[in-house]
Amino acid sequence: LSETGSALASPLAALRGPGARPRQQPRLSLAGLSVLAEEPHGAAPVHFLQELPSCQSARRRRGGTQERRPALLGTARSRGDAARAETGELADRPAREHPKSMAEKRRIRDFQQADTEHLSRWKKWRRTSSKSLKKALSEVKGLSSYLVLWRHDIHSIEGKFGTGIQSYFSFLRFLVLLNFIIFILMFSFVTLPTIISQYGIFNSTIAYISPKNIDDICTIYKPSGNKGLVYFYTYLKDLLSGTGFLEVTSLFYGYYSIDAVWISVMSYNLPLAYLLATFAYLTLSSLWIIKRSVEGFKQNLVHDADPFQSYCNKVFAGWDFCITDPSAARLKHRSLQYELQTDLQEEKLKQKIAERKMGEKLRIYTLRIFINIIVIAILSGCFYSIYRVTVFSQENSSVNLLVQYLPSMVITLANFIGPLIFAFLIRFEDYTPAFEIKLTLLRCVFVRLANIGVLLFSLWSQIAGCGSDKCKPCGYNYKLYPCWESDVGQEMYKLMIFDFIVILAVALFADFPRKLLVTHCSWKLVQWFGHKEFEISDNVLEIIYGQTICWIGTFFSPLLPAIATIKYFIIFYVKKIVLIHTRKPAARPIRASSSNFFFLVVLLIGLLLAFIPLGFSIARIPSSKACGPFRNYNTSWEVIPDTILQFPTGLQQILFGIASEAFAVPFFVILCIIMFYVIALARAHKRVVEQLREQLVLVRSERESCVSCPLHHLAQPPLLFPSLPSQTHTWLPTLPSRPLFLLHLFWSCS
Amino acid sequence: MGGSASLIPRDLLSEYQELTFLSKQEILLAYKRFSELLPKEERENACSARVPKSQILTLPELRANPFQHQICHVFSTSESGDDSMSFEDFLDMLSVFSDSATSDIKSHYAFRIFDFDNDGILDRKDLEQLVNCLTGQGEESQLSSAEMEQLIQNVRPAGQGMGTAPGTGLSAHLPPQILEESDIDKDGTINLSEFQHVVSRSPDFASSFKIVL
Repeated sequence: LSETGSALASPLAALRGPGARPRQQPRLSLAGLSVLAEEPHGAAPVHFLQELPSCQSARRRRGGTQERRPALLGTARSRGDAARAETGELADRPAREHPKSMAEKRRIRDFQQADTEHLSRWKKWRRTSSKSLKKALSEVKGLSSYLVLWRHDIHSIEGKFGTGIQSYFSFLRFLVLLNFIIFILMFSFVTLPTIISQYGIFNSTIAYISPKNIDDICTIYKPSGNKGLVYFYTYLKDLLSGTGFLEVTSLFYGYYSIDAVWISVMSYNLPLAYLLATFAYLTLSSLWIIKRSVEGFKQNLVHDADPFQSYCNKVFAGWDFCITDPSAARLKHRSLQYELQTDLQEEKLKQKIAERKMGEKLRIYTLRIFINIIVIAILSGCFYSIYRVTVFSQENSSVNLLVQYLPSMVITLANFIGPLIFAFLIRFEDYTPAFEIKLTLLRCVFVRLANIGVLLFSLWSQIAGCGSDKCKPCGYNYKLYPCWESDVGQEMYKLMIFDFIVILAVALFADFPRKLLVTHCSWKLVQWFGHKEFEISDNVLEIIYGQTICWIGTFFSPLLPAIATIKYFIIFYVKKIVLIHTRKPAARPIRASSSNFFFLVVLLIGLLLAFIPLGFSIARIPSSKACGPFRNYNTSWEVIPDTILQFPTGLQQILFGIASEAFAVPFFVILCIIMFYVIALARAHKRVVEQLREQLVLVRSERESCVSCPLHHLAQPPLLFPSLPSQTHTWLPTLPSRPLFLLHLFWSCS
Repeated sequence: MGGSASLIPRDLLSEYQELTFLSKQEILLAYKRFSELLPKEERENACSARVPKSQILTLPELRANPFQHQICHVFSTSESGDDSMSFEDFLDMLSVFSDSATSDIKSHYAFRIFDFDNDGILDRKDLEQLVNCLTGQGEESQLSSAEMEQLIQNVRPAGQGMGTAPGTGLSAHLPPQILEESDIDKDGTINLSEFQHVVSRSPDFASSFKIVL
């Protein structure tokens, strides 16, 4: 191997020739690291450290050789050795991964090809086949990039406004996709079988549910489908509120009053399919979101763990190279300057906070408590008014459209006013600017999502809670809500439609007139209003709120995801137009990395919040007896045990065993143990990282003190005299290459 | 696009595909954009022509970029040092800035772009220039010298030796800044491996260090 190594060394040395820029290699810093190699107490910890999983994974990731890093670190070693290391690399890495110019890459490639000449036929075949496979894959990838929705729109937005705003639009695209897939799921498993059987396609028939053991009183459900002459106004009203003719369409739960669908001889258990599809879309959404956020979560965890990096991230990754617009570039300059300055100021502020006197601290804390009490008061005010309004609108639902939409309006109003008040109040609380933003956001998220919860709670208080024994026979208020699931579905439908209308109206009647005013009117007062900034966090909250509604509503109204898909599709264009024509980007932009993570976390919170009402209404509230697939069951959940009872006994026992405490408790304990193990491992890694860091600094300072000592030259000959080849060759392989190893470990652990 | 496609020979095209991170469509688009930069009579053999730097900088993708000169400088293989670019240099550049390039190669070139004096290390002067590029060259948009000092410099006072361990004295109070964050071996400069290490952990780097035609 050494022969081929030296033979290969010469063309490689030539490769470093004229084309490459003259680049001095890092000199002293490396020499400093290498001192470690001589340290007497070397061996034992190295072996111990090599056992660490992080180190092993690093070795795997870095191509299995510890020799790679030296090549990268440059010529501190003798040339021949570096070249040898590099040849190992050459064989591994495709030519395009070399940081060289095209001509040099071509030479590397030719060299690699020449290398394959004396390989066995099998290896040759494997190499060529893997190459052609890669090529085909890249072709497919290139073609599929045409299929990606809005590729060009997002690209142009990125060019004009940077990655922060681009991440918002990518997020919107993700939601469109998610909703579309939920729609496909619900449609193909719930709506399609029903429609097929209704029209008798494929010889399918329906087994309508025959109400058993139910009081007749409960089954009276006559949706007021309009018959005969209908005013246009009524039509519009029904369309907006989901009543009338819409109530009995496949949009709502009440339509699916079918027990099973028979397609020739196969029977399709619709109630089971309905429930399983619901679980499926919830699981799918959560898995997808978690998968997307894991990456960001890892970064955030590392970030939180050490406050290093923040400035490096800002300086080294500060510029968006994708910006193509000069005015956007000016804005980016300004925002970067602003960001750096505010961060530096924040550091000073933190110092000031650390030096606060006792009395001052006391004053601030009382102020904060006081303001938090105000916030809670505002929140409970919002909740109470939503509750009152919902009850009122349910009691007088037939009066007119305004009353029907009252809850939606009040919620939107609360969503609008709440954040304004919070933004005002936070100024007095004297937090650092970064924390201020986070806290305000947190409060806004809470308002938005809790409002939906309160609405549902007040609906249920109407449905299930009845003082006297009004609802004894059926378990819910059957007089007012013969088919309560459809009513909840209508409420969600209204919320979604109203949210959409508000977004459109704000764009049309607030953003554009404002822009016109500002550009065509030079009054001071008008100019003071100024351009509005495109605030990502507000916009994201808006669409996440809509998504939460969709998640909750899909069980009660299976085609709601379709509406959501269309809604987000239109919102994308509306927001794009608003952004390009009326807004300017925020002065303090959200970074793409943190914002992506933030979006997904809030989305996850929304999803978890959707679990609660859904779980509650599936498992606890008696399903309505007048309509829907679950008429024969006490609650919707009962379908599952019912189905399991039809399984063979062995399987039954296993399933019931899994659901029992005897299984659940040990399972939980084992999970806890695994979790503690992982936490302990993470802690150990962190400690190792710290130790390595300290050691690196120590090595550095040792070198510093060694500069003046006369033995210094003798101590590290191969490094200061890289042209001592004979010595290096014998010396190198025996060394555990500790400094490099340290760096390695440092890389892998952190 | 169909017209220009015929001008790159098939085997050359597939060679480019192999040697860069670009897809076929991207290479063809790059070719189109590149030949548009050339004067009319040279468009026939755009593969061998060189475009002067001033012409390259008219591309919108580079026009707004504060590092435009460095980018030209790093990717140009011109022997005379006038930073002109051939088509292959241009492809090299797009390949490094493409989405599918590895982070290793991205960080390597980022280091060379940020290394304004081409000496293989990022020292104080490089960092200062880098920050100035970020905040804009205008007088009013630059950070004040005190801020710059705070941002770049290690927290130890200049007179003191390099041996101050972190966590003692001043550094316990003052925040860690660029050098403190990235200079692992504490020699006052950032070398390539330190830079790659820091950048590999920077969450925004991969998303910001890209140019798509």
